[in-house]
Amino acid sequence: MDKILRIDMGAEGGPKITASPVGAYAGLGGRSLTSSIVASEVDPMCHPLGAGNKLVIAPGLLSGSIAAMSGRISVGCKSPLTGGIKEANSGGQPSQMLARLGYAAIILEGKPKEDKLYKIFINKDGVKISEDKSLKMLSNYQVVEKMKGEFGDKIACISIGQAGEMRLPAASIAFTDMELRPSRHAGRGGVGAVMGSKGVKVIVIDDAGHTTRQPKDPEKFRAANMKFIEGLRTHPVTGQALPSYGTNVLTNIVNEAGGYPTYNFKQGRFQGAAKISGETYAELETKRGGLATHGCHSGCVIRCSGIYNDKDGHFVSKQPEYETVWAHGGNCGIDDPDKIAMLDFLDDDIGLDTIEMGVAIGVAMDGGLLQFGDADGAINLIKEVGKGTPLGRIIGSGAAVTGKVFGVEKVPVVKGQALPAYDPRAVQGIGVTYATSPMGADHTAGYAIATNILKVGGYVDPLKPEGQVELSRNLQIATAAVDSTGMCIFIAFAILDQPETFQALLDMLNAFYGLELTAEGVAELGKKVLTMERDFNARAGFSKIHDRLPAFFKTESLPPHNVTFQVKDEELDTVFNW
Amino acid sequence: MHIKVKLFATLREGRFTEGEREYPAGTTIGHIIQALEMDEKEAALIFVNGLHANTGDELHDGDTLAIFPPIGGG
Ligand code: SF4
Repeated sequence: MDKILRIDMGAEGGPKITASPVGAYAGLGGRSLTSSIVASEVDPMCHPLGAGNKLVIAPGLLSGSIAAMSGRISVGCKSPLTGGIKEANSGGQPSQMLARLGYAAIILEGKPKEDKLYKIFINKDGVKISEDKSLKMLSNYQVVEKMKGEFGDKIACISIGQAGEMRLPAASIAFTDMELRPSRHAGRGGVGAVMGSKGVKVIVIDDAGHTTRQPKDPEKFRAANMKFIEGLRTHPVTGQALPSYGTNVLTNIVNEAGGYPTYNFKQGRFQGAAKISGETYAELETKRGGLATHGCHSGCVIRCSGIYNDKDGHFVSKQPEYETVWAHGGNCGIDDPDKIAMLDFLDDDIGLDTIEMGVAIGVAMDGGLLQFGDADGAINLIKEVGKGTPLGRIIGSGAAVTGKVFGVEKVPVVKGQALPAYDPRAVQGIGVTYATSPMGADHTAGYAIATNILKVGGYVDPLKPEGQVELSRNLQIATAAVDSTGMCIFIAFAILDQPETFQALLDMLNAFYGLELTAEGVAELGKKVLTMERDFNARAGFSKIHDRLPAFFKTESLPPHNVTFQVKDEELDTVFNW
Repeated sequence: MHIKVKLFATLREGRFTEGEREYPAGTTIGHIIQALEMDEKEAALIFVNGLHANTGDELHDGDTLAIFPPIGGG
């Protein structure tokens, strides 16, 4: 990973490709690299869909090596949804392949002067870019099928669906999984709209002729990787619960804890939760010949995903994640696992963030456009987004826009981005993360659920404000660092609880790069990333008033525990004081 | 006293999903976990009426006890 691929989409005479050494960006990867490039090269006041914005796609520091779990990829830009900096990450195969081909990042910059749509092909011989009118308004599954026909099935794809082409603020970027399905997404913040604005429909990668990246100290690296894998296998969360039930194992516990946002954040428990729980999905998957345990990329040893079939045994979608099941399920009063899986497929196919879509539909339900519980109505709305009808474009613009259009007061967003699947009144630590993360409301940015609900990394009472700022601060720092390694964030369950597994991760980084990184060094990297991101946001016009939850979380109490969000504004302002 | 017991994920294997039972006054969560032949490591996350609880806590008539193994996601 010693070079950066830049494609100037707006160059005279057509897109111009340059590959240059990483230079000043050496030693960075994943989020630390995308955020560094965006912070130093993008004018914070640019329009997110304009020539001044850049789309940066970067494998992590350990991607492409034999390190387990190292195939996550980061996408960065100025977000059309939040107006601030964005890093959205995804699983899938492209990260490992790009890293093996030697690319630390792909940067799409400039903007085509005419309305043209391109495909990019990258292999050992270099990079080709060509216009392809036939791809216009194809869905993700369609475009990948077409690329398979053209380039064979040993490829991986990074693509946008119709939503990205329409430059909708909820558009995602799809990354193909091991079966070449565009089912893994950099979902949040409208990164797909930025790819659409650059006129790029798909990036096809073929890494034939390249093998894994070699560490500086192969012996030490192999030993550390083995210890790391052993730690993941023996921890009960990464070794048992996640493989068996996937992320959706959370439905029952978050519901039990009274923090499951239901009917657009009106109550903390959903009557139909058991019908859409991870336990139910796993049972259906096994019964119908799908898979309850499956990895989103090769090299994953946790394998939290799965394959969901219909009752006749036909593929519907990958196993919907907890956030998706919640957003399209309980949040909208929908308790039918088949309909939710169909919504998951439609989002993946059209190229939409499932969280933003579920929350936008919940807001529309609150505004009277359709009834809570109307699963077919929700499916139709997503189809409208794909068709680009005026109503579809409103929903595809996310929860904040939908709330304005339908005159709704309760619009659960921070910095314009929809809140995920935990009510911040019943899980106050995650409320601090939602409010203060430079990304807008994002649960992965500092996953306080671990300590508030799951008792991983200690315990902080979820219903009280005490200790939440410190918890969120530490998690946000650690996450910014982990997001830079290419490691899946779910390794956190094991590394928070088991010092030897954390040490194995450090040993891997050190053996790979010939470094002597300590735990403090990792924290320093996390702080550096957050500082850069906040600085970009400040220059884009954000101030402390943007680090707040919507007012109703402070004034309306949430049943069953009848709590409001209690962390004070002044305390929120201290999250980044280290 | 009347207690509703709910089990989740792997804890259901060979046991049950949900049941309502009578227990003598003074029964603690630990007693029920023992009676269900779970070791305390398995019964990692315990809620009574939606609030985190500990094995030593006594139960009261009408309580809902929910027990989860170690789990995670996101
Ligand atoms: S644990 Fe799940 S999300 Fe993480 S890399 Fe594996 S399959 Fe993907």
